[in-house]
This record gives sequence, structure tokens and C-alpha cells, in this order.
Amino acid sequence: MLFAIPLAWLQLKRERMRLIIAIAGIGFAVFLMFVQLGFRDALFNSAIRLHENVNGDIMLISTRSNSLISIQNFPQRRLYGLLGVEGVDKISPIYVGFGLWKNPFWEGLPKSQTRQIMVLGIDPNDNIIGVEGFDDKARSLIRFQDQILFDKKSRAEFGPIPTKFPEYDKKGELITTEIADRKVKIAGLFELGASFGADGNTITSEANFLRIFTRRDKGDINIGVISLKPGADLYKALEGVKKSLPGKFTVNPTLKPEEAREDFVVGEMRVLSKKSFIEVERKYWQNSTAIGFIFTLGTVIGFVVGIVIVYQILYTDVTDHLSEYATLKAMGYKNRYLLKIVFQEALILSIMGYIPGYFLSLLMYTGTRNATALPLLMTTERGIFVLCLAITMCLVSGAIAVRKVQDADPADIF
Amino acid sequence: MTEPIISIDQVNHYFGSGNLRKQILYGITADVDPGEVVIMTGPSGSGKTTLLTLIGALRSTQEGSLKVLGEELRNSSEAQRVALRRNIGYIFQAHNLLNSLKAKQNVMMALEIHPHLSIKEQAEMAEEMLKAVGLEDRMNYYPDELSGGQKQRVAIARALVSNPKLVLADEPTAALDKKSGRDVVEIMRSLAKDRGSAIVMVTHDNRILDVADRLIHMEDGELESYDLETQAPPDKAIALG
Ligand SMILES: Nc1ncnc2c1ncn2[C@@H]1O[C@H](COP(=O)(O)OP(=O)(O)O)[C@@H](O)[C@H]1O
Ligand SMILES: [Mg+2]
Repeated sequence: MLFAIPLAWLQLKRERMRLIIAIAGIGFAVFLMFVQLGFRDALFNSAIRLHENVNGDIMLISTRSNSLISIQNFPQRRLYGLLGVEGVDKISPIYVGFGLWKNPFWEGLPKSQTRQIMVLGIDPNDNIIGVEGFDDKARSLIRFQDQILFDKKSRAEFGPIPTKFPEYDKKGELITTEIADRKVKIAGLFELGASFGADGNTITSEANFLRIFTRRDKGDINIGVISLKPGADLYKALEGVKKSLPGKFTVNPTLKPEEAREDFVVGEMRVLSKKSFIEVERKYWQNSTAIGFIFTLGTVIGFVVGIVIVYQILYTDVTDHLSEYATLKAMGYKNRYLLKIVFQEALILSIMGYIPGYFLSLLMYTGTRNATALPLLMTTERGIFVLCLAITMCLVSGAIAVRKVQDADPADIF
Repeated sequence: MTEPIISIDQVNHYFGSGNLRKQILYGITADVDPGEVVIMTGPSGSGKTTLLTLIGALRSTQEGSLKVLGEELRNSSEAQRVALRRNIGYIFQAHNLLNSLKAKQNVMMALEIHPHLSIKEQAEMAEEMLKAVGLEDRMNYYPDELSGGQKQRVAIARALVSNPKLVLADEPTAALDKKSGRDVVEIMRSLAKDRGSAIVMVTHDNRILDVADRLIHMEDGELESYDLETQAPPDKAIALG
């Protein structure tokens, strides 16, 4: 690949303006791909954040639910029979509700005073959600009437709770505000994070949940979380759950048999292992909404824009050097040498464009993370993936531009 | 008797196909010996360039026999022709240097296809060659920083640096003024003589006919040869100047 005289690089370097434009163009395409892929992954990761942090082995939801933001309730008593299933340790309910949160530190217009927040109601005896700040002490705090825990990674629109909370705490006071017109006190902070579905989160006890959502009846829960005894077999327990629930057993025919073992329907209950619980939510955002498609499309557009830019640059470059290439052919250089030159140029351009694109994306990720509380992070896999896309992009353009090299006819130059 | 370096026998050449097929060269027959300097004259459109591209293995020979450096070019493969080109030095009318490379790198490009040379050897040979054409203080200049005559001297250095047995030049002085044209041809001839390279040079410039051992004249695709040691150049060759 290497020659005594790195002609590809020297040719690129000689046309400085063109090189800068090429780098800017490729950098932009790389940036675009990073933005799209980053947002897509952030969306999917934020959507399953709660799912990943639920402490439990088997989840039961209503068959009418398809995602957390539209989760339906079902009577808790349906689950009572499951306590007898071999391996089951306990069953805990999770109530999910969305209500308007009032910003207690509202500064007036144009900022909005209220915003929809997700409220989780749980049994304070059960360590059901494994996130930072949700410890024994926090769970004991929500036993008190109208005391709630607030997610400090919620979007800033809910108010500067994370900074104000310690100040109040020092004075021995609690911040009071309203959820769905019910006065509540912020008794502690935990850390989960906003998602596309929920901009902010709170956790409280079942009793407090029912005080906020007065139209909800006690026992109308959204998720039943089964914890197994240590060492119990998941698949045996799933079998047991299947037998104990009333109603007809059905599975999604598109699932593979091993997936259908941990994701099935009995009567009006959908039974999911924790893994499937996460998977179902992820698939909902990926396949049942336009969001996954839009971001993938955005990535493809970045890729195509990149191809067009690199192709333009390489084509112009080859055209400009056509008589020089013909001279090289007359001197006895093979076509292969010239093809290598074009591909080397493509490779050099892709790497030189990738570097600024990468750092620009890093900057954008950090900015967006701070502004939106979305988990927008540069991962090694995405870094490598986009580098591969950038190289592929340039090689594809090179492969199109290279046909022009065949036009260099040494017989024409005398 | 030495084997001729070029031996052309009854070569015809045609351009176009079907009704448009037009014969350009008619029964060309000529030999060039090693170290010989041959000048080719003739009116525009008479087929000089076509003949030169055939000799230089830049086109395939259609009819007759054309042997260059012992290699038969009739029915030759592209690979054979590419290999042969490496042993021929070319000097074009437009200098055709690589604009992104400095003078020295341009000369080195003629050596890079000869894989047995190290980069250091290539650089030394290129420097020596540029000295020989009087450009020792222009080695690291880009072509657009050089005058026309200087560029053509770089082209000569590039053509001769690999010591080819044959140098082909097509109107190398056409773009130069009289003085630098004469200089360029002198340099080319003396270097070629030193190395025993044969030269075939197309020119319209009658003031440089005296550098030649032999003159061939093309007219309407036919060739006449004059040995300048025994014959005076024909009027028609001179008149074109
Ligand atoms: N590639 C080509 N296709 C068709 N005709 C050509 C081509 N190259 C040259 N010719 C024709 O062949 C004739 C000889 O051209 P050329 O060898 O360039 O002459 P010279 O170099 O003596 O001026 C001219 O009539 C020219 O038009
Ligand atoms: Mg000509």
C-alpha cells in the first residue's frame, strides 16, 4: 500500500482548499450519523431505564399494555394464586400513573408552571426498584402521608429540586408542591433519569399513590413483580405461573421458541421474564413507533450525503489529474497503482473527516446530556461503528470515482 | 552487427471502424540502432505522433511487425506493453509533470516502478540527474514554480534517470522559446549519447536537425529516411521549420 512517494496524500495536500472542504463535508456527515445514532440509542436506553432497574424475576402486566407510557391496570387479586407456585418468594405491586407536577420554584412565564410527571407507587416493604437513593431510609420516608421521592435526573422544567433540596434539608424543612392537585412533600431524592416517555419521575408508597390518583381503586395495579427464592429456576417458575393463571394460553407466533418460554399470555395476563420485559419495551419504541425509523433514516441520509460529498471531491480530483495519470500509465504504471491512489485518497479523507466529526459529536452529546437529561453517551461500539460507516462511505465513493481513472489514456498525451 | 533497437516492418495503422475507418500509416518500414539519434519531421497530420505512440507501446500494433527492445508488439498483451513502457523514456510536448510533486519527486516517480531500488538510491539518482540538466538549485520546486524550459528539463531528467535504452520525444521544444529549446535538445542529446540511449524525436524545428544522426520524414502516412552523414536534409524537411 505504501510507496516511496505518498502521491495520494501529496495530491490532497496540494489542493488545500479542496481538502478543507472535503474534511468539513465528511466531518459533517460523520456528525450527522453520530447525532442520529446517539439519539436513537439514547431513546431506547432511556425507555428501558426503569425496566432494567426493577428488582424482580418475572413481571406480569395486562395484555392490553404495550409500553410503559400507556400501561393499563389490572386487579392485583389475580396474582394471589401465584404465591403457591414453586420457587416464588413474593409478589409486589407497582402502580404507574402520570399527573401534572407543579414547579414549586416557578419563576413565571414563559416557563410553564406544570408538567406531566410519572408517579410510581410501591410497597415500602419491598426493595423493588434498584436505583441510587432508593434505600431503606428512603422507603421508610414514603410511609408518611403525602411524602414522595423525586428523581434528581428529571428534566430541569420540574424545578431546581436537586439544588434546593439540601438547602431545605439543612433547615429541617421539606419542599412542598402538588401532583395532580394533591399537596405532596419531597422527602428524598433518587436517581433514574428522564426518558422520551417520561420527563420526570417520582416514587411514593401505594397509599400515597392512591391519594394522588383518587380515581384509582386500591388493588388496581400496573405491574406485578415476582421475586424468586434464591436458587429457584426461572423457567420452572414460569411454567408454574402459566399453570396457575386462569384462562387460555397463547404466544406471539413471531417469537422464537426460547423467547416464547419467557413471554406469553395466559387469559388476560402477559407473563414476562425480566429480560423479555425489557425487550418488549425496547421493541415497542423500535418497531411500533416512527422514532426508530426516523433516526435510522437520518443516519442513512448522513451516509448518503457523505458519499455524494466524497464522490464529488474524488471525481474532481481524478479529473484534474487525468493527464498526469495518463503520463504515469505511459511511464509503465499499472492501472492498479492509480486505483490505489484513489482509494488511498478516499481512506485518508474518511479518517481526516472522522476526527473533527467525532469531537464535534462528543461536544454535542455533552451539551444535550446536560440540557435534556437523556443518556446520550459516546460508546466505543458506536465510535467504531461510525468510523466503519465513514470508511465504507469513502470507499463506495472511491469505487464510483475510480471508473474515471480508466479514461486516462496514455496514447492521448503525445 | 548489433540488433536494432526498433525494427518496424510494413506497419499499417487505421483509426475508426466501419465506413469511418481511415488508414493513417502506410507500410512503414524503418530500423533504429542503439544509441542513434533520429529526428522525425513531416507536416501536421502526417502520422508522426501515431507512429511514436505505436513505438512507445501506448497503442497496439494492428498490422505488420513492430519490435521494440526485442519485444514484438503485434498482438502484444496489455501487461507486456506496460512492462515495455518502463524501459522507455518519454518526453512530451506539454511537460506533463505531476503538479503535486516537487521536481525531485517527479524524477523519482520514474524510478519507483523499478522495485530493486531503495528510496535512498532513488533520491540520489534523481538528484544527480537534476544536476546533469542544470537544476541542482531547483530540486524542491513545484512545477508551477519553474519556467517552461526548466519544466522541460525536469521532464528530460525524468525520462533519462532510469537509463532507458530508448527515449521518445514528441515536439519537446514546441512550447519553448528558441534559446531554451536549443538548450533542452542539446542536454537531451548529450545525456542520451553518454548513456548510449537511442532517441526518436519529432520536431518542426529545423535549427536542431544538426543534432541528429538520421532524419526520417513522414508525409501522408508514408516514410522516407535520410542518413545525414552522407546526405543533406531534404528541402521539404527544412521548409517546414
Ligand atoms: N485517436 C484518433 N482517432 C482518429 N483519428 C486520429 C486519432 N489520432 C490521430 N488521428 C488522425 O490521424 C492522423 C495523423 O495524426 P497524428 O499522428 O497526430 O499526426 P502528426 O503527429 O504527424 O501531426 C490525423 O489525420 C489525425 O486526425
Ligand atoms: Mg503530432
